[in-house]
Amino acid sequence: MSSSPPIDLNQPVGDRVEKTTCYMCACRCGIDVHLRGDKVRYIEGNRDHPVNKGVLCGKGSAGIMQHYSPARLQAPMKRVGPRGSGQFEEITWDEALEIATSWLGDVRRRDPKQLAFFTGRDQSQSLTGLWAMQYGTPNFAAHGGFCSVNMAAGGLYTFGGAFWEFGDPDWEHTKYFLLFGVAEDHASNPIKAGIGKLKGRGGKVVSVNPVRTGYAAVSDEWVGIKPGTDGLFVGALIHEMFRNRTIDLDYLGRYTNSGWLVIQDAGAADDGLFARDEDGAALVFDTETQQLSNAMNPDARAAMTGARALPDGRQARPVFELLAERFLSPDYAPEAVAAETGVSAEQTRRIAAELARVAFEEEIVLDRPWTDWAGRKHDKMIGRPVSMHAMRGISAHSNGFQTCRMIHILQILLGTIDCPGGFRYKPPYPKQTPPNLLPHGASGDIKPEMPLGGPHLGFPHGPEHLLLDDEGGPNRIDKAFSWDAPMSSHGLMHMVINNAARKDPYAIDVLFLYMANMAWNSSMNVPGTLDALTATDENGDYVIPKIIYSDAYYSETVPFADLILPDTTYLERYDCISLLDRPISEPDYLADSIRHPVVKPDRDVRGFQEVLIDLGARLGLPAFTMEDGSPRYPGGYADYIVNHERKPGIGPLSGFRGDGTEFGKGAPNPDQLQRYIDNGAFFEHRLDPSHAYFKHANRGYLDWGIEKGIRLSPEPTIFQLYSEPLQKFRLAGRGHGERQPPDRARERLERYFDPLPFWYPPFEGTQVASGAFPLHAITQRPMHMYHSWGSQNAWLRQITAANRLYIHRSVGDRIGAEDDDWVWLRSHLGRVKCQVRLMDGVNPDTVWTWNAIGKRRGAWGLSADAPESNQGFLLNHLISELLPAREGGYSYSNSDPITGQAAWFDLRVAIEKADGAGTTEPFFEPLGASGQPPSPSKLAYGAEFRKDGR
Amino acid sequence: MHPAYSVIFFTTSSGAGYGLLFWLSLAEILVPGLLDRWPALAALVLALMLISAGLLASTYHLGHPERALGALSQWRSSWLSREAVAAVATYLPASLLGIIWIAGLPEGMVPVLAGLSAAGAIATVFCTGMIYASLRTIRQWNRPDVPWIFLALAAATGGLLFAVFAAFAGAGLQASLVMFVSLSVGAAVKLRYWSAIDADTARYSVEDALGVPGLASVRTLDPPHDRPNFVMREMGYTVARKHVEKLRRVVLMSLFAVPLASVLIGALSGWFIAAFSLAILTATLGVVVERWLLFAEAEHVSQLYY
Amino acid sequence: MTCLPQSTGKKLGLVIDLDICVGCQACATSCKEWNTGGYSAPLSDHDPYGADPSGVWLNRVHSYEYERDGAAGTLHFPRSCLHCEEPDCVTVCPTGASYKRAEDGIVLVNPDTCIGCKLCSWACPYGAREYDHDHGVMKKCTLCVDRIYNETLEEEDRVPACVRACPTGARAFGDLGDPESDVSRSVEERNGFSLLEEFGMKPVNRYLPPRQRPAPPPEPAEPVTVADGSALETLFAWVDRTLSSRR
Repeated sequence: MSSSPPIDLNQPVGDRVEKTTCYMCACRCGIDVHLRGDKVRYIEGNRDHPVNKGVLCGKGSAGIMQHYSPARLQAPMKRVGPRGSGQFEEITWDEALEIATSWLGDVRRRDPKQLAFFTGRDQSQSLTGLWAMQYGTPNFAAHGGFCSVNMAAGGLYTFGGAFWEFGDPDWEHTKYFLLFGVAEDHASNPIKAGIGKLKGRGGKVVSVNPVRTGYAAVSDEWVGIKPGTDGLFVGALIHEMFRNRTIDLDYLGRYTNSGWLVIQDAGAADDGLFARDEDGAALVFDTETQQLSNAMNPDARAAMTGARALPDGRQARPVFELLAERFLSPDYAPEAVAAETGVSAEQTRRIAAELARVAFEEEIVLDRPWTDWAGRKHDKMIGRPVSMHAMRGISAHSNGFQTCRMIHILQILLGTIDCPGGFRYKPPYPKQTPPNLLPHGASGDIKPEMPLGGPHLGFPHGPEHLLLDDEGGPNRIDKAFSWDAPMSSHGLMHMVINNAARKDPYAIDVLFLYMANMAWNSSMNVPGTLDALTATDENGDYVIPKIIYSDAYYSETVPFADLILPDTTYLERYDCISLLDRPISEPDYLADSIRHPVVKPDRDVRGFQEVLIDLGARLGLPAFTMEDGSPRYPGGYADYIVNHERKPGIGPLSGFRGDGTEFGKGAPNPDQLQRYIDNGAFFEHRLDPSHAYFKHANRGYLDWGIEKGIRLSPEPTIFQLYSEPLQKFRLAGRGHGERQPPDRARERLERYFDPLPFWYPPFEGTQVASGAFPLHAITQRPMHMYHSWGSQNAWLRQITAANRLYIHRSVGDRIGAEDDDWVWLRSHLGRVKCQVRLMDGVNPDTVWTWNAIGKRRGAWGLSADAPESNQGFLLNHLISELLPAREGGYSYSNSDPITGQAAWFDLRVAIEKADGAGTTEPFFEPLGASGQPPSPSKLAYGAEFRKDGR
Repeated sequence: MHPAYSVIFFTTSSGAGYGLLFWLSLAEILVPGLLDRWPALAALVLALMLISAGLLASTYHLGHPERALGALSQWRSSWLSREAVAAVATYLPASLLGIIWIAGLPEGMVPVLAGLSAAGAIATVFCTGMIYASLRTIRQWNRPDVPWIFLALAAATGGLLFAVFAAFAGAGLQASLVMFVSLSVGAAVKLRYWSAIDADTARYSVEDALGVPGLASVRTLDPPHDRPNFVMREMGYTVARKHVEKLRRVVLMSLFAVPLASVLIGALSGWFIAAFSLAILTATLGVVVERWLLFAEAEHVSQLYY
Repeated sequence: MTCLPQSTGKKLGLVIDLDICVGCQACATSCKEWNTGGYSAPLSDHDPYGADPSGVWLNRVHSYEYERDGAAGTLHFPRSCLHCEEPDCVTVCPTGASYKRAEDGIVLVNPDTCIGCKLCSWACPYGAREYDHDHGVMKKCTLCVDRIYNETLEEEDRVPACVRACPTGARAFGDLGDPESDVSRSVEERNGFSLLEEFGMKPVNRYLPPRQRPAPPPEPAEPVTVADGSALETLFAWVDRTLSSRR
């Protein structure tokens, strides 16, 4: 034996490296998959990739275990026992597709509305949306209604972009970063890298979050705010900006509607709308000419104060004045909000002062000439290095839309949208405000065997764009774009199953779900949802007659479906992360990407998109069929990705079009996929440096966007401090206009559709006796388990196999509970038994837990005694999908009244110590899982990679 | 520290075996002819059986017992290796003794071989003790008296076994006297040890372990993994204080008090064999509990992180 | 040989920045993933889908709450082998399977000669060694010795897997014996420290403490008044004045 044994220091990692795109969450990082033989040796970040630049998070680095999970579905299945029993019979793909075609074809011939097609963590919405459009049902959306719509809509209606995944702080230049309610996020790795970079430069990170973990743990200042009161805190910051006169007037004048005149004529049909000229152009008062002027006249110097007379003699006032009045009100003074937010007036004032100091005294200047929308040349780019980001903690409240708008208004007052050091758009953003993309699916649009006239989801500009039936009621099963949720741009997936079971607004025949765990952690009120999935009518038939489900894994939802279409893992599939959908662009890059099969499936499974395209051809949907009736894309999804054209020259992928050198627009290129694969599975185009900032008003960027097909209008995006579409809905509520809401909706429209943002308390707290439920309850995802998929992952579940309820130490003292003691947590809907862990870094009025760790026995390939099902729990059981019934007996969805965003962070609870130990409750019966292979009792993954003789 | 039964069995069984070998060898040197050839051989065989059973048991906690010979190589730095070398080396003179007695060879070399066997026994047990005493990570072990505890208890338990042979050979009273001293020494070092580790209040804190300047009131928010890992299972074994007190009393009674009383009564009554047998029975229990406690009471510094 | 080298050519190790570690576990899982198929292959997992999942991990991330100068905080604390200069885990090894490389100071276990006695794990104050029950040998951080010299990798990838993966950039790899190296310099600048120096094992890895939060600047100079109508007037007057002074 030698003292330093020889080691093979140069063993190649694998035989080959395949570059593709991660799918362990929505961040969509580039990955290098090292393969040895047909086995995955190692997965690491792709250094060249615009999203992750080589790094990879805790989830992505555990991808091997996701790919080889024993919970993977094996083959198509048909239910043979009752729903929930998990009794299935394996069938062939031919049989599965025939069943699906017959069910779907029947509905399409009869009444396309009777199909509800909803997808979960779908990264192919431009395809799934197209398919649903071609099918002709109005009932399509993805899971954005319980995820992101408040952020998307709040942003898009205000400045044509959004936090969510449509923009990033300028990590290179920002000096002060204010982060609201973000745990893990869509921009998982960019945020981590950005925070590391910012702090390394000595910048300051302020985290506004009831919980001090993750990003909040490394923040330089933690604002442990009470859930749902962020808007009040931001309102106080805005108050301070106005009071201290720390606002960027030039920026407001140049890029916003702050000078636009608002008609002041109480009772009139146009009260609160913008004063417009005969061409419909908004008006400002030009202080130079002392006359009204087209707001888009670049030479006009709009007055920001003072009431002005309109030609018809009525008064109008500029937006700025109304906004200042709103926020200089004593209601938003830091002292006035301190009790409600739990943030001291001193802290609020200091943060306001810091924001202002960094924005205005630490201004940064890039020597980068650019030209603005009006053709004015600027030799520099002036930056205000304050940036902000927000997500779930704002989004999942019933006041999320208006709160999100307030954050954007704070950014705009400080002049920090898309300037150096501020918050930056990712191309193809910004869009117009509001985006000129309208929803489709009103009653007249739905005809048997006819495609819909346009995409399902869009941005109504007023009541005229609602999707209503002939009686003025909702035309969608989820009641999206109805008076209940007029601006629900992502749909309300959380309402689909319960509405269908109640036949409200109507019954459906087929529920078609993809990758959404609706029978468990993706639904509010799980017991109620399970009742809905298994509800029967007087004949004993299921009220939702047919359920088709596609997933890659044996989730809790699988046993409730009638037909299972097994999907592949992310390493076995084609995908296309498209500019038509939710691209992977970064602020300096236009980018899109693909997945391609790097490993062959060892099971009888097919990528869902392949199946959807096949079904499209079998059903004869025009976009998927040639004139002779043959399939348009016989090569499946790969064929579609390359050859589909949404408009001439514009397809799912923007890169390597035409002869391979064109991007944006160009003829389909048969070599396109290979070019992507050769390029690392992505395409990126670096923006011209002169286009990199002020994209909303950058002539070069706007023109380039039109040339490349990513922008529809050459007009700049004007930031809407005052949102006219909201006022249009409000006017309808006041009785104006042809389209009239039901009377029960009028009060909601008047109160919540305020064109200037404001704070109101989250609904649940005001509708249950808050004394009886004194605590707020929220959830977050652990960084290593952003998806609920994590629990089947043998490595990730070792890190978190059961969740605890984290409570403030003072709450523990009050109820006499110590770490690991069992408690009952009650809401107005039900109660959950769980174990606590005491901590200091949480708002004292808030309890929280890791979301989606709790699993139901029988699912995910876990043993019946797994901690996930015996100790792990969900707060979903406590969250009602409906608000308590109002007068007249009508129950609104537990959602934001404007966007329909599920308000699952509004939850209010009471806590008491439970006797003894045991298991979590409610403790559901184990699900059957026939056809699934047994899970191994030990793993020695990688033993096969050891070289002989070692 | 997690009390591994194979290690408890090993150290107690081979401890008694080396103790027996030591006393046998000592007797052969100081009182030649105390034991006849066959009783001496029987004692030697018993000693080697205890030693071998212990050594065999110790390989049970190895992941790769088939590679155990490799443990002879690192005697320059490793007390475990030294123990292995000493153990193997001790077999040589002890086996030669056995051969002489079996074959009835001339006994001229017996004192030399006995001396080497005794030295080997002492060395082996001392090395065993030093394996523990050299671990800086465990304050209850990292003490100069730890090898002496191993030596004293090996002497006491092996001594009781030898005493039976001595009693058969008519030296019960002398054996009683020696055992009285040996057990008393054992009790003394053990009692002193316990009071010393109880009095030792120098502990590291979690703040020391994390090392970040200025930290106070550190509490675990989340452990690295949901379920215990190897380090927690191996090093994180704890036993409640009240159980410690109870078990220490068991040790005091069964390893020291009862055997001492028994030896005394035997000496007074002349029922040496019965007295030694009773002492052996209770001391066996006592030494096993003592060794279990030695592990269970040991706190490993790595647990500060958990 | 378990006697330690007199000195090592280099002192390779990690520097971990506690100021920016967000506890994402990327270092832990990327380590697991690399090493389960690398020099230490496999890193076994017991009961991976059952009640008591437990596997071999060479890198684990703790989280703590603390107080410091009266302020409270949350700390993420990744831990792996510190590659000590004078490690007891090496000297206690009876077989020589545990050794410290003379050329770079990396502490390794030879999986072909380890007998699995676990004594090295007892000798390590940091709990950095993990026994693989299935494989019967001790496993530990190798500093990815099969990556850092691997000429089949791009030069920039010749770093440990945890460093390669870390999204925040909280982990750095280098020669801590060279005072001019980037890692040594960051230790110098940020008052990097090592763990439990009292044990005298001279850990090579260093940690950088959380930066002291900048002291809050003084209150805004302006006296605090609850806003009333006059605040609006003041604001509007300022707006008019400012706008009319431009251009």
